[in-house]
Parts: sequence; structure tokens; C-alpha cells
Amino acid sequence: MSSILPQLLTGLATASSLFLISAGLTIIFGVSRIVNFSHGSLMMLGAYIGWSILTRLPREPEWFALGILATALATALIGVVLEMAVLRRVYRSPELFQLLATFGVVLIIQDVTLLLWGPTELPLPRPRWLRGFVEVAGSRFPLYDLVLIAIGPLVLGLLWLALNRTRWGTLVRAATLDREMVAALGVDQRRLFTSVFALGAGLAGLGGALSLPNASANLGIDLSVIADAFVVVVVGGLGSLPGAFLASVLIGVLQAFGIVLVPKITLVLVFLVMAVVLVFRPNGLLGRPQTEAREATVAAPVVRPAPPALRLLGAAALALAVAAPFIVGGYYLTVLTDACVAILFAASLHFMMGPGGMASFGHAAWFGIGAYAAGLLLHWAGAPMPLGLLAAPVAAGIVSGLFGWFVVRLSGVYLAMLTLAFAQIAWAVSFQWVEVTGGDNGLLGVWPPDWARDPRPYYWMALALSVGVALLLRRALYAPYGYALRAARDSAPRARAIGLDVERLRIVALVIAGAACGLGGAIFAYGKGGVFPTYISIPHSVEALLMVLLGGLQTVAGPIIGALVYTGLADILVRSTDLWRLVLGAVIVVLVVAFPEGIAGAVRRLWLRGREA
Amino acid sequence: MSVLSVQGLGKSFGGVRAVSDVSFSVAPGEMLALIGPNGAGKSTLFNMVGGQLQPDAGSVTLGGATISGLGPRAVARQGVGRTFQITATFGSMTVRENVQMAILSHRREIWRFWRPAAERFGDEADALLAQVGLEVQAERATGVLAYGDLKRLELAVALGNAPRLLLMDEPTAGMAPAERVALMQLTRRLATERGIAVLFTEHDMDVVFDVADRILVLDRGALIAEGDGPAIRANPAVRAVYLGTGSGGH
Repeated sequence: MSSILPQLLTGLATASSLFLISAGLTIIFGVSRIVNFSHGSLMMLGAYIGWSILTRLPREPEWFALGILATALATALIGVVLEMAVLRRVYRSPELFQLLATFGVVLIIQDVTLLLWGPTELPLPRPRWLRGFVEVAGSRFPLYDLVLIAIGPLVLGLLWLALNRTRWGTLVRAATLDREMVAALGVDQRRLFTSVFALGAGLAGLGGALSLPNASANLGIDLSVIADAFVVVVVGGLGSLPGAFLASVLIGVLQAFGIVLVPKITLVLVFLVMAVVLVFRPNGLLGRPQTEAREATVAAPVVRPAPPALRLLGAAALALAVAAPFIVGGYYLTVLTDACVAILFAASLHFMMGPGGMASFGHAAWFGIGAYAAGLLLHWAGAPMPLGLLAAPVAAGIVSGLFGWFVVRLSGVYLAMLTLAFAQIAWAVSFQWVEVTGGDNGLLGVWPPDWARDPRPYYWMALALSVGVALLLRRALYAPYGYALRAARDSAPRARAIGLDVERLRIVALVIAGAACGLGGAIFAYGKGGVFPTYISIPHSVEALLMVLLGGLQTVAGPIIGALVYTGLADILVRSTDLWRLVLGAVIVVLVVAFPEGIAGAVRRLWLRGREA
Repeated sequence: MSVLSVQGLGKSFGGVRAVSDVSFSVAPGEMLALIGPNGAGKSTLFNMVGGQLQPDAGSVTLGGATISGLGPRAVARQGVGRTFQITATFGSMTVRENVQMAILSHRREIWRFWRPAAERFGDEADALLAQVGLEVQAERATGVLAYGDLKRLELAVALGNAPRLLLMDEPTAGMAPAERVALMQLTRRLATERGIAVLFTEHDMDVVFDVADRILVLDRGALIAEGDGPAIRANPAVRAVYLGTGSGGH
């Protein structure tokens, strides 16, 4: 019993850190309707900048406080630059492209941080006063954690005052409720948005700097923090500051006790809490239903079968692909096999995201589940490849169906954030459950049988499976089911009014997409001879998104073109520069700003120009 | 024999009685208008019949079977078609495909994954489009249709479900006066030909008195009058809360 109070305090300290990061995220979302993927990166920058400042200052408490504030100010300034350089240009773009642009920023900040501070972790040498303890209920409790516990409510109070007692706060609250009306009243939105973004960035930087004494500045902060922050914001309710605080406390305390009671399932526990909250309160604890933006959204163009010229081109490309092993060999055959997997990866994501209207930031979860299903079957049961290739889509399909059952009623942003959180948890399980998955070392020796071990037959098998499944997906999209799925996306009330079961249509889409993606994962696993947690990593999920958005959502050929272009570009990029993240991030940002409809979409528009009245 | 029968329907929102003890019925081929000032409870009543809201009290029956308590999808399956105040169509489909979608759903052919949907029920869809006068626009995208045409498309989509009852929420909102009468006369003709019962809300009194067989007047959640056009015009209670304001509208 004596451990309850200290554990509770540890939980509250965690809660304060969680709150600092999610407060900024939720305020930015409330006003700009942008889910800022790069928020974790801002916190990471806060940790690094904080490290650089604090290690140069005297080590007394007052200098520490000053250094922390200076860090927050510096990240706020970085936020201003980011907002003006990138976000300001995408406020009118579709939601997904905004997310993608902020992910481009994540990649850029990763490489810039690596360049400036190097790859090694930077721990903050702790002065004596920071190592102090207080006696709490008979056990020693770190003084610094008590400071953290106080900071959470303090920041909440200050934010509340700023939002409720200043003119700026009134404008922010008004913009959160009705952005268009605030604009119509003649408020300078640009300055409002920039200031809100700066505030959010400053809070993230504050959180990063404050995390230093208990952790360190490292390059993994950005993605691990953003997943946590997404969970907090979703549980609390998007755009709700008190909700974010409540959810931080709930999750922080749960984590603290979870680690003591059942260390292995802490992450799963968090996900379960989220699932329960969302089942009973789909808008989060204190969230409001999302109001539809009144700005005219660009209506999706009519989907028509590809013109004969494109079909001919596709057939020619397929013939070329079949003949490829006679033309190129070795390394390029591996790249081509990767391209086949990429086609499955992208086409399956497109299936749920384009016609299904359900965006995913965790598509790699299904890829990884498929790969692990095949790998584990081989590793633990000696199952041969054909069985593995069958089990992979089944396993991924079942899990995606279960996941779908929880999330299918949620609106787009929530769904996208939850897919990311789910993928992060799948990743953590693969990483932490060392006895079964081999942890970081992965499962090795996942090789195909002798007949397929040579790159040539393996490539042909991968080609047959990926093109076959892609054609099946296409078939389903033009069949009544695909039309109904698209109908549910175009107008859910209308779809229900003609008797369509919108939820069931969507769950089935998730199952199909998960299964197809899982097959891709298994093909990839046998091709590489192993399964690793990186298959489920967030960057891998974003690769799928990039492929789909490169190709464009509105054409069935889009994801395939996107997969090929992306695989080619990535191959060239990774081989030619160490700074591939920086280049890729910059390319993403430029593409999003220049081609909001994707490559295939832009080509299609040029093609159709003047043909549709 | 009535198609729709509503008995003692009531609904409160946090202590405010939006609709209380409303009863009425609609016969096949009959056009029943539901009118009343803003906030009278028209939308609440309408959404309870359509399944979007669940009533606190009373029942809704369709051809003798209870439909209150069912969701919008199940209500649609029972043979209730619906048009929306703000038009809702499938923007990524052509006009014909919109209607085909409704027919596919009605014929239980949604869960098919192989044969192209475009090949199914094209002729039936064209026949419905011809009835609402949209046959020449069958290949166009719904996004490029004029507003009045969108309303007619919604009507055709609703008919694709072969409904026994058609619910029309403010069907002529946002239309020019001449178009309004044309749309409602078209509805009138289709209702008579197909024996469909029509329940509609409407702000334009000219439209109401022109096409409605019977009129229900709702005020502060309660039914205050029921009757044909002349009876409603002459009803003193209606004149007091509604027409008596002299605005002609509301």
C-alpha cells in the first residue's frame, strides 16, 4: 500500500509532460484545424536547444528556470518561421495534405537536428539541487518531479487566463468555434494563426526542455512523443484544453500504475483506455462534435474507368515488368521486387483512403502484422512459405477488422490519429516482446523455399501476387460494393437514406485493405529473409501515404504510379545522399504546396481540361 | 388504409418539449404538408419519422409495422425514401450512377465484388431519370448540375428505393418560385401514379396550398390544426400563430 502515493506522484509528473505537449497540439488544431505532426519535433528541438543553453549557464536553480524560458522562446520563434514558411500555404489544402506537409517538416527537422547536434544522446548533467529528494509517505520522491507536477496546473491556469481574460484569447476561442465568422468580422487571421502556432511551439519547447533532467535529448523524441500526444488529445477531445489536461492525468497515472502491476501491457493498456473512452464518448472526454468547415470543399471528380490509352500503357508496362528479369539482374531485380510490394502497400491504403474516405497514418501496422504472421509461423511452427502467404492476409485482415469495429464511427482526423497510435503500439509490442518477436533483432532466417530462393522466380511470384491483388481491388471498386463504399464517403446521410450500412461497408474496406497490405508484408519478409520492428515504424506508414498522395486519391491507377515513382526516387535518394530525410521532407513540402491533387490527379486534370462542361 | 401512422409521438431535449403527443396518418398517394413557425418542432418530428431521432413517447408505424426505434438505414429498408433540405448526392458519380446506387441497394446487390456496377439497372435508372426530366443529363457529374436539377435528382434517387412513403424536408428551399411549383407538381404526379404517401415540410405557403391534400400545423411542439387548404386558411388558431402575422411566409 505504501507505494500508492509515490506511484501516483510519478503518474502526475508524467501527466504534466504529456499536458505540455498536447496542450499546444490541441490549441493549434482548435484554431487552424491542422493536426501538427511536427509537434513532437518541436519538443525534440526544445530538448536539444535546452541542452545547449543549460549546459552553458551557471547551474543554480534561477539560471535553470531562465534557460528553460529562453528555450521556450526559441522554439516559439521556430514555430513562427514554420507557420509562415509552410503551414500558411496549406490552410486551404485538404486535411491529409496538411498532415503530410507537417510530416515533411518532421523529416527536415530530424536531419537538421542530426547535423547540428550529432547522433549521440545528450544527457543533461544534473546539478545537486536537481538530484534532491523529498520524503513522501515514508519513501524518497524526486524533488524535480514535484516541480513538474506543479507546472502542469500552472500552465493550464496561465493558458486559461490568456484565453479567457485577453482580447487575443477571445479571438482564439471564437476562431475555434467558427473560423469563417471570425474572418468575416475582419480579424487578421494570419497574425492570429501565427501567434497560436508560436504559443503551441513554445509549449512544446518548454516540455522538451523540462524533460531533460529526467531523460536526455535524443533523435527518437519526435515520433514517440507525437504518438503519446495524439492519444492524449483524442481521449481529451480535439481542441479542448481542459480535456487535454484531464486525459494527461488519466493516462499518466494509468501508465505509472500499469508499469508496476503489469509492465508488459502498459502500452496496450493505454490503447484500451482510449478505445473505451471513444466507444462511450466518440468526441473524447470533453470534446465537441466537429463542425463541418463551411468553405466549399472541392467535390471529388467523377470516377470513370481508365481511358483505352492508359490501359494500353498499363499492359505495356506489365509486359515489360514480366520480361524485366531477362533485361536487368541482381540489384535492380531486388528494387523491382520492392516495387511490387510497394504497389500492394499503396493500393491497399488507397482502397480505404480514396473510395473509403478513411485516412490512415498507421498503414504499416497491417504490413507488419502480415510480415510477423508469416515470420512467427515459420519461426515457431516451421510453416512453409505458401502457408505464411495465406496466414499473413488472414491475420492482418482480422486485426484490422477488430480495429475497425472500434474506430469506424469516428471522424476523419480522429481516425487518422488513432491509426497512428495503433501502429505505434503494434511497433512497441514487436519491439518489446523479445521472447516471441526477437525484439530489435527481429526474426531471422525467414527465407522462401528452394524453388523461390533465386531472385528471378521470387520476383515473378511477387509480381503475380501484387498485380493480381491490385486488379482484384480495382475490380471490387467498380463493383456494387466499391460504389457503395464511395457513396458512403460522398454523403453518409444520403447513403443511409437509401439503406446502405455505412459502418459495415467501412469495416469491410478496412479488412480488405488490411489483408492486401498484410500479404505485401509477408512477400517483403520472405524477400528480405527477416522481419523487424522497423516494418511497423511511423516513417514506413508515411511512405505508404506518400505513395498514395503522390499518385493522387481520385484515380485507381494513382497509387500504382505513386508506388513506382516513390520506390524509384527513394532508391536514388538513399544511394546518393546521407541527407535523404532532408531532401525527402523538402520534396514533400514542395509537392503538397504545388500539387494538392497528386501527380496522377494533376495529369488527369490536364487530360480532362475542356472535356467536362 | 394509411401508409404512415404516427401515434402520440413526443420528444424532449433536456427538459424542453420539442414535440408532444402528436398523432396523424398519411394515406397512399396523399400529400401531407407539415407547417409551423420556426422552432415549432417540424424537424424533430420529421427526424423521428425518418429514424434520425428516437422518440421518448409514442410510436411510428409504416403499413402496420412499427418503425420507431429503428435507425435511418433500417427505416429506409422498410420503404421510406427521403430528400434533404441541403441536397445530398454522391458527388463522385454521374447522375445515372446516383440512381443506380439506390436501385442496387433496394435490390440487395451491394455486397457484390465482381460484376461492374455500371452495368446493373442502367435502364431502370434512365426510366426514373426520364420521369423527373433528367434523362439528357444522365452522363453528367452531379457537381455541375443546377440546383433545381439536383433536387430532381434527389427525388429520382429516393424513388430508386421504391418507397411507400417519401419524406421531403424543405424540398423547395433555395429554389426560384417558378421552379418550386414545378418540382412539387412533379412530386404530386409521381405520388399519385405510384401511390406513394408524401410527408413534407415547407415554408412557401403558395406551394403548400397548391399541392398539399392535407395540412398539419405544428406550434411549440403540439399539433394545433389539421385539414385541407381552405380549412387551414380559415382556422383562427392558425391565423393567430402563423398566417396572422401577415407576412405570407413566416
